[in-house]
Amino acid sequence: MSALSQSSTQPYNYDIVRKFTVMAVVWGVLGMFAGVYIALELTWPVFNFDIPEITFGRLRPVHTTLVIFGFGGSALFATSYYVVQRTCQVRLVSDGLANFTFWGWNLSVGLAAISYMFGYTQAREYAEMVWPIDILIAVTWVAYFMVYVFTLKNRSQPHIYVANWFFVAFILATAILHIFNNMEVPVSVFSLKSYSLHAGVQDAMTQWWYGHNAVGFFLTAAFLGMMYYFVPKQAGRPVYSYRLSIIHFWALIFLYMWVGAHHLHWTALPDWTSTLAATFSILLLLPSWGGMINGIMTLSGAWDKLRTDPVIRFLIVALSFYGMSTFEGPLMSLKSVNALSHYTDWTIGHVHSGALGWVAMITIGSFYHMIPRLWETKMYSDRLIFVHFWLATIGIVLYISSMWVAGIGQGWMLRAFDEYGNLSYTFIETVAFLKEPYAIRAIGGAFFVAGMFLMAFNVFMTIRKSAVERAELEAKIAAKMAKVAG
Amino acid sequence: MDINDLRSVFTLILLVTFIAIVVWAWSKKRRADFNEAANLPLNEPEAPPASKKRGESK
Repeated sequence: MSALSQSSTQPYNYDIVRKFTVMAVVWGVLGMFAGVYIALELTWPVFNFDIPEITFGRLRPVHTTLVIFGFGGSALFATSYYVVQRTCQVRLVSDGLANFTFWGWNLSVGLAAISYMFGYTQAREYAEMVWPIDILIAVTWVAYFMVYVFTLKNRSQPHIYVANWFFVAFILATAILHIFNNMEVPVSVFSLKSYSLHAGVQDAMTQWWYGHNAVGFFLTAAFLGMMYYFVPKQAGRPVYSYRLSIIHFWALIFLYMWVGAHHLHWTALPDWTSTLAATFSILLLLPSWGGMINGIMTLSGAWDKLRTDPVIRFLIVALSFYGMSTFEGPLMSLKSVNALSHYTDWTIGHVHSGALGWVAMITIGSFYHMIPRLWETKMYSDRLIFVHFWLATIGIVLYISSMWVAGIGQGWMLRAFDEYGNLSYTFIETVAFLKEPYAIRAIGGAFFVAGMFLMAFNVFMTIRKSAVERAELEAKIAAKMAKVAG
Repeated sequence: MDINDLRSVFTLILLVTFIAIVVWAWSKKRRADFNEAANLPLNEPEAPPASKKRGESK
């Protein structure tokens, strides 16, 4: 780990950024590999091997937790600490507290993954952690909030750059969501089992208020913070319209909190709540597309960079997927479309168009920009970045298109009637239909993971290269000093 | 007046606030400030200004 830590006399605390960056890559590889594995299990159930710990039901939350909180979360810690220091031109307020967030966060993710494999879960989607882990996360998150806000307060110039607004909103909203969704009473101090304080439809409502805002604030607003810093940086020009970025920000803040109920169309939820959620989901199209255009147009006048710069490619393709999934989302939130899409693999396809296309691509692009600067060297191989780009893109296309086929096909089969009004297909026929799309999905996922392995290798070699270069430099300086002294 | 009237009023207040933010963001007075802010990532130095002490007010 010597390449990771440097003295605390450095002007900015890059130490913490480096640690979170490495962990993001590690969790990314593990989490995405888990994803491919459960995709294989769905296609060929033999992959269960009759071992309870690795069955689909237990590995699925392991996959979602490792990619959302392990990969995405660590990437956000890394980039937000990097961006806040550089745009505020001030060092993080406390190295100790920042380190605490590192250990607290990674411990939470690790413990969560292990506990799911052994069957400890509170069965709330994306919040499966049992109550002691919930508390650890809450404490870690408060520390994160303090580090961030007090660093902002210490800034050495008047403006707070817009990327920081998105990061602060994400930190604040995530704290609120996490605490209210996990209000629960443990059975006893020595039991991991707990009961939610909410009941019935309110419980479902709270869960999806949390679930969708995890998408809205964790997976969207926060990564937009990344976008608003790294796209202008890599393109070498300021964001297309700063005032549009402010409207983008406030519109998302005012709209996102209302839309969670669209996950509960045609349930015990009151009709008006459904309609309200669908209405706000449609409204979200405007700021989402405004933001996407703002990001892409930042490149205007420098389009040639798309041909030569693989980092720009990652960033711009990420924005295209941001636009695509924020178009698909409102469409699927309409009650009539939802009647077809809900409970089918269309939903899974949509989530991955956002998660792989937007979240992972913007992160990977930002990392390839940030890593050489963190370790004061060049990336080990630019060629490998190009290869990674194509592996990732092909993987996403295979994933999304196979899930469209699977989901829409499944949806139509489940609602098809024969001339006597009986269901045309048995449930098992819809399952049999899914086999080929599932196989293609697993192949798409494997492409994406292969790209992540390449990235891990490239990053590892870059860090090693940096250590060698620093050692050479130090040897040179030592030789010179010895000459002067002699 | 019941609680639902208050809820409607609150929603209206939020709408007006949002419109006020749009007007503020598009006002001519903000242009210079926004330009400066937009260029922050491009003009940043590799180290924070030396004179700046932690906790000092601006």
